[in-house]
Amino acid sequence: MAEFLWQPFAEFSFMRRALVACFAIALGAGPLGVLLVLRRMSLVGDALSHAILPGAAIGFLVAGFSLPIMSVGGLVAGLVVAVLAGLVTRFTDQREDASFAALFLIALALGVMLISLQGSNMDVMHVLFGSILAVDDTSLLMVAGAGTITILALAVAFRALVMECFDPGFMRAIGAGGLIWHLLFLGLVVLNLVSGFHALGTLMAVGLMMVPAAAARYWSADVGGIMLAAVGIAMVSGWVGLLLSYHQDVATGPAIILTAGVFYALSVIFGRNGGLIRTLYPRPHLEA
Amino acid sequence: MSHAIQIQDLTVSYNRHPAVHHLSGEFAPGSLTAVVGPNGAGKSTLLKTIAGVLRPAQGHVVRAGIRPRDIAYLPQQAEIDRRFPISILDVVSSGHWHRRGLFRGLRPPDMDRAVEALAAVGLTGFQNRVIGSLSAGQFQRVLFARMLLQDAPVILLDEPFNAIDARTTADLLRVVHRWHGESRTVVAVLHDLEQVRHNFPQTLLMARREIAWGPTDATLSARNLLRARAMAESWDDNAPVCEQGFENG
Repeated sequence: MAEFLWQPFAEFSFMRRALVACFAIALGAGPLGVLLVLRRMSLVGDALSHAILPGAAIGFLVAGFSLPIMSVGGLVAGLVVAVLAGLVTRFTDQREDASFAALFLIALALGVMLISLQGSNMDVMHVLFGSILAVDDTSLLMVAGAGTITILALAVAFRALVMECFDPGFMRAIGAGGLIWHLLFLGLVVLNLVSGFHALGTLMAVGLMMVPAAAARYWSADVGGIMLAAVGIAMVSGWVGLLLSYHQDVATGPAIILTAGVFYALSVIFGRNGGLIRTLYPRPHLEA
Repeated sequence: MSHAIQIQDLTVSYNRHPAVHHLSGEFAPGSLTAVVGPNGAGKSTLLKTIAGVLRPAQGHVVRAGIRPRDIAYLPQQAEIDRRFPISILDVVSSGHWHRRGLFRGLRPPDMDRAVEALAAVGLTGFQNRVIGSLSAGQFQRVLFARMLLQDAPVILLDEPFNAIDARTTADLLRVVHRWHGESRTVVAVLHDLEQVRHNFPQTLLMARREIAWGPTDATLSARNLLRARAMAESWDDNAPVCEQGFENG
């Protein structure tokens, strides 16, 4: 049994790299996903992941299949959409979901058009679905770098990010720079999606950000605890997903996200904090 | 600790229709003022403009020597998700922001002050509960406790006692009087005229424009209240451009 769980990683360096990449993504993306869920912006991660496409496409048109340049392009495109959506929301009457929807669809259309100008379907497949079993040193460094930056930024700005989430009106009123924190937060989300897209693809990188976060909400009643649970679920999902993909010979990205999906289903049913069973069969009430 | 807020020919509008119309006057340093008027009279709009949330269409709010952090503003409906997983102590402690900012940790004395603030609003022993377990009235007490820590010289309260029971209201009014005793400038939007007569020395009665502004008993005369009630609530799509605004703007 132990061999079944460890042997692929002991034997193949590409499996070890894939595992490390998953762990790094989990560390950065997990806590950010929790903040997105708490801000009721669960679908914004999805929108941003689509927004990355035109940047990656421009990078591809300029430099061919070069991961660093495609990443820089994706990062710029994602940040432009995030900042524009943030500014449109703050300074006009429109709500955030609407401005994100409009801007990411514009970006997506632009990306698809750019890709259609040049490039084969294979390249599109890579951007959309990634190839975690082909993680090289460069992308491993990128993933690790993004994770490190995210953890450091969270450590420094945790109080501001949580308060901006919880009571944005208060942050504005006391002049604590609500907009800056909001943009920093969106910037971190974009960074993690871009770093994740080599490994998991733009579609699946969001999965490792949001699915564990949604599941983790069922296991703790405070933000820190939920974040820890999300990171844990994301890491185990990466590990189990890689094993599944290795032993059953199925696509890696979906295997990882589906594993996270199983954790989500279990959390919905058995979660201590508002799960189905707790809701249907509440424990006896107390005296006071 | 004394700060005046001057309102100079203030007009605030939504889609060009004024909600506050050519209002002028002063909230004196250390004054305790109730803002009273019918629904749609522009009371909340006035408070939001003083807090800096809304921008005037014309005129000014002069906050001499008052920084944004010097104003504690309790909105009528905070954009707060009451199911957010955060403890009451953490919410109250955010009132320490101006002292601790982003980087400095909260020290034991800060925690003690937060617990004291909770005790002052009648929530002893609640610090470790999550806010989702509180009733609306208890949550309002938490927000008052946070304002105690904010230690702001100017305090703006927008209908702070809505849907709050008599005992909680009495407790929170005690906090308001404590602030008044500390010479803070307090402005509260209220509807209960008896409550205003008993607790607030100054009153601004408004119906977009000022009806009366001064000592509460004189302001809340039957004649003034009648005039306020007669305020046209209509929204005239074809209203002409305001002459007064045209001259000055």
